[in-house]
Amino acid sequence: MAEVEPTTPDGVEIDLISGRRMRDKTSMEKIRMILDDVRDGNIVILEEGLTPDEESKLIEVTMTEINPDDFAGIEIESFPRSAAKKSGFLSRLVGSDSPGTKLTVIGPANQIHSLHKDETLIRALISGR
Amino acid sequence: MGLLGSLKDSISRVTASLFENGAEPKRIGIYGPPNAGKTTLANRIARDWTGDAIGPESKIPHETRRARRKENVEIKRNGKSVEIDIVDTPGVTTKVDYTEFLEHDLDKDEAVRRSREATEGVAEAMHWLREDVDGVIYVLDSAEDPFTQVNTMLIGIIESRDLPVLIFANKIDLDEAQINRIENAFPQHETVPLSALEGDNMDEVYDKIAEYFA
Repeated sequence: MAEVEPTTPDGVEIDLISGRRMRDKTSMEKIRMILDDVRDGNIVILEEGLTPDEESKLIEVTMTEINPDDFAGIEIESFPRSAAKKSGFLSRLVGSDSPGTKLTVIGPANQIHSLHKDETLIRALISGR
Repeated sequence: MGLLGSLKDSISRVTASLFENGAEPKRIGIYGPPNAGKTTLANRIARDWTGDAIGPESKIPHETRRARRKENVEIKRNGKSVEIDIVDTPGVTTKVDYTEFLEHDLDKDEAVRRSREATEGVAEAMHWLREDVDGVIYVLDSAEDPFTQVNTMLIGIIESRDLPVLIFANKIDLDEAQINRIENAFPQHETVPLSALEGDNMDEVYDKIAEYFA
């Protein structure tokens, strides 16, 4: 009897990444991890978002990796930072670079056809590779 | 204070006046999404105060693919003057798909070349924002939805760096323009309506530039 090869089911992988997993990483480690995941065609959901500085670097590194043949960039959406949290004593104490809790969805631009956001909902329509 | 101390003070003052020469012109970056009219605005300001333009304008996205600086633009308002360097930057985005350029009658090679240059330009614009600008004019198309992630992220990045920012609601000459949408999107910042193409409301634009960046 012929051996049956294990197969990978068609579909889109969604990685929900906890704040704890990201907390000890440097900015570039976070960006590298996100982009490697997204370039594999996966959707990344960060429990805690990136700092403004990290978002700026994410855009910059994404641009250097765009390739007409296989990578058109990223779609990214996140809930706004909580105004209350931003103006809180602890937030001021740790500086404006604290990301706070900011659920963030990042995916490959060519697979996310529609990404809608309002204050309470992020809706993504994702196609297979 | 002894003779030596006085001499030291005098030398310090002369050295300071030689090298500081008053305040250096502030570098004001013109940022925003592609096709918001950034270069049209930069050209309007540069032409009004220096007589020269900064760069070519186009309806094709990513026409500006390199940051361009116009130095020593002196804007005179109410008896005072403010000298700034205007930095016109490429439109910021998180994606560039070369096939979008094919819709503008470019052949594939030209579209691929343009998309490569566009990605380099966006990376350059982000670098300028982190390192080299002292203030920001954020330009939005009044006829487009301002509630986009790129706008939210960029305003967040600008705020985190404590840079003074003015929001310019451009293209008010269009029938679909909705200035209040932009005011509602970023209520923490002052929004100035204008049409850089038609030259509408430029007096208020220059008043605000002088007020914010002097």
